[in-house]
Amino acid sequence: MPLPLTAEDRLHLKTLQPQIAASPKGRGQLIPLLQMAQKALGYLPDEALSLVADHLAVTRSEVYGVASFYNQFRFNPPGKNPVKVCMGTACHVRGGEIILENFERKLEIREGETTEDREFSIERVACVGCCALAPVALVGETLHGHMAPSKVEGLVLRVRLEKEKAEREAAHS
Amino acid sequence: MARIQAAYRILADEARTRREQFDQSSLPKIHIGMATCGIASGALETKAAFETALADRGIDAHVHTVGCVGHCYAEPVVVIDYPDSGFPPILYPEVTPGKAKMLVKLFLEEGDPRFEHIMGATVENEMIPSVMEFARFSREKRVVMDRCGRIDPEQIHEYIADGGYGALAKALCGTPEAVIAEIEAAGLRGRGGAGFPTARKWRTARAAKGSDKWVVCNADEGDPGAYMDRTLLESNPHQVIEGMIIAAMAVGASRGLFYVRAEYPLAVRILTAAVEQAREMGFLGADILGSGLDFDIDLFQGSGAFVCGEETALIRSVEGYRGMPRHRPPYPVERGLDGRPTVINNVKTLATVPPIVDKGADWFRGIGTADSPGTAVFSVVGNVTHPGLVEIPMGVTLRELIFDICGGIPNKKKFKAVQIGGPSGGCLSAEFLDTPVDFDALTRVGAMMGSGGMVVMDEDCCMVDVSRFFLDFTQKESCGKCTFCRIGTRHLLDILRRLTRGEGREGDLEQLETLSRAVKQGSLCGLGKTAPNPVLTSLAYFRDEYEAHIKEGRCPGRTCRTLTAFYIDLDKCARGCDACVGCCPVEAVFTTSNRKKGIDQQLCVKCGECMVACPPDYDAVVKISPAALAPVIERPAEKKTEN
Repeated sequence: MPLPLTAEDRLHLKTLQPQIAASPKGRGQLIPLLQMAQKALGYLPDEALSLVADHLAVTRSEVYGVASFYNQFRFNPPGKNPVKVCMGTACHVRGGEIILENFERKLEIREGETTEDREFSIERVACVGCCALAPVALVGETLHGHMAPSKVEGLVLRVRLEKEKAEREAAHS
Repeated sequence: MARIQAAYRILADEARTRREQFDQSSLPKIHIGMATCGIASGALETKAAFETALADRGIDAHVHTVGCVGHCYAEPVVVIDYPDSGFPPILYPEVTPGKAKMLVKLFLEEGDPRFEHIMGATVENEMIPSVMEFARFSREKRVVMDRCGRIDPEQIHEYIADGGYGALAKALCGTPEAVIAEIEAAGLRGRGGAGFPTARKWRTARAAKGSDKWVVCNADEGDPGAYMDRTLLESNPHQVIEGMIIAAMAVGASRGLFYVRAEYPLAVRILTAAVEQAREMGFLGADILGSGLDFDIDLFQGSGAFVCGEETALIRSVEGYRGMPRHRPPYPVERGLDGRPTVINNVKTLATVPPIVDKGADWFRGIGTADSPGTAVFSVVGNVTHPGLVEIPMGVTLRELIFDICGGIPNKKKFKAVQIGGPSGGCLSAEFLDTPVDFDALTRVGAMMGSGGMVVMDEDCCMVDVSRFFLDFTQKESCGKCTFCRIGTRHLLDILRRLTRGEGREGDLEQLETLSRAVKQGSLCGLGKTAPNPVLTSLAYFRDEYEAHIKEGRCPGRTCRTLTAFYIDLDKCARGCDACVGCCPVEAVFTTSNRKKGIDQQLCVKCGECMVACPPDYDAVVKISPAALAPVIERPAEKKTEN
């Protein structure tokens, strides 16, 4: 089941609409437009695919066919702290899969999914390009090298604690 | 002709003056490597630390961001050039923010370069040993990556001051035929992996009928484990752009396209800025350098499909469709993008063009072997002491590359295999270590140059699992057009998965071989034709490992998790040390009656954390395959404390 659109998503869709309308037409624009939509929303909900399809006068299934072919496009909203586990060859040799499993177990979601509170999502990425630090995982924008299963819990906990702290401070002020 | 040279000379003189002012300044210069790998290792924090420390202490210095030097093991890498200190420019590895602050205080303020942190000087001198004394530096031969890590990729004048765009001016003074002849004489072969002669491609495109020809730079680097194209675009984009303009001039193209992965945001940003700067300087656009050549470059962000590295699939993707390859002929050089003749070259191929035009075919022929002249760039990663990007002359043996240049296998482990060319390549065993690295020699032994990814594996790697890993990748990335690739890779993967779970059957290996050959024959493009290579080579060179999985349920590398078990040697375990208990992510470690520890095999996920956590003095955790060999230690019944 796709997660429902949030108010924020709707806002982004609204600003996206004129941007797409103002773009040039032509089949070659399909991928750039999908990239533009994903940049605005973080993912491609059905509504965004429709916008692109209508603009280029192609069917929605055709747009979905192209979008689902490429790894870049996602149909689930990313979490606020997207967890990206490197699955490059070097990370695999050093146990990247075990790291991925640990995140899946701790967050109780599978790779490609987002937690219900939209705090975390997990995805596997091909080489991040710092093979010397393998195995590697990104939480948000921060890269964590030399990952170990026991570090996973700490990372998740840290994000949750920081959030709680921010909420407490917000409540105080 | 004189006009072209005069136009170039004005630009070059101005750039050189600017660079000389910088070089001759007596202020200390801090060069920080800021490509993706550097940033991943914390170069941004290091740079900020330098800037804060300089401001706090009121020291005037240039902080100069450069690209990547390729020494990933040492990132963040910093070179400090402080002429007034009397020391030569010094290279520091692993400069953390703390180290940065310390260097500002002790070196820039007090004049002590802190010898214990130095890797070496970047030039020969009397005081500090030069980095050139290390094989990792001295055995390299840099053609493509020569300027990486020396210049700021975002400043076009630094490239021009270093002789950049001079090859373009030289090429423009001659004829397109002369350029193609020079490339042909140099014997340049495509660096994308297949090694097709570049001159032949260009000549066909030149002869092809049609206007509005395209030159496309293929920077869709999809191999998980190779990143030299990205590093090159991030560290020295102008050399690639220059090569592209020369290619355009040679084939008579008017439009250019960079096909870069959207997953490389930094490369996309730097490249966009570089194209803009080149346009401002008059190297792109109408009437380039007054030569009458019109050529401009666009950028297309590839959306991450491995198959789009194949040229016809790449074209489909740019046209807005699913990136599926089509039959050749017609080749893209005859009918490509928009039906126009299209030359598609790899990033490294294009980056090799300017040095050839500049220094001549004979110089290029002097590097490498007769059939594969020039250099090869590898990303050497995995179980190796000095991983990173290495550019070597073709013909260097694998042994020299892995052991002499990259420092061999760490942790006193033994070398087992090297995987070359990523998902299309093959695994070679120790007996092939003396194979020279060139296009033909590698293909002969079943591997291939491919993307240039090289993963070194030690004795603890399982070859069946590595094959499964690559098949997992190619199976996901198969576009689905050819039945053999779509379904055949799936079956290969299913068998390999079964093997790694210890459910192998008699006849599986023969089936793997039959299927592999069928997939190779029945696939249209390079993805399917090469996808079985990891299986075939590992079957040929490591068959005993496959057999151990099937016949004994044993994984010799002790990697396949169903076939291995961890247990705690009660004779070695120390009472009361709870290191393993604390680190276990699934609470599988329990305390037995005499306060020693045991592992609950039902709960254990075999992550190996307890083995790392167990203090070396005890070294009590044992990994064993087959799993049944682990002694059973009963978990004591839970003591009821409440209720």
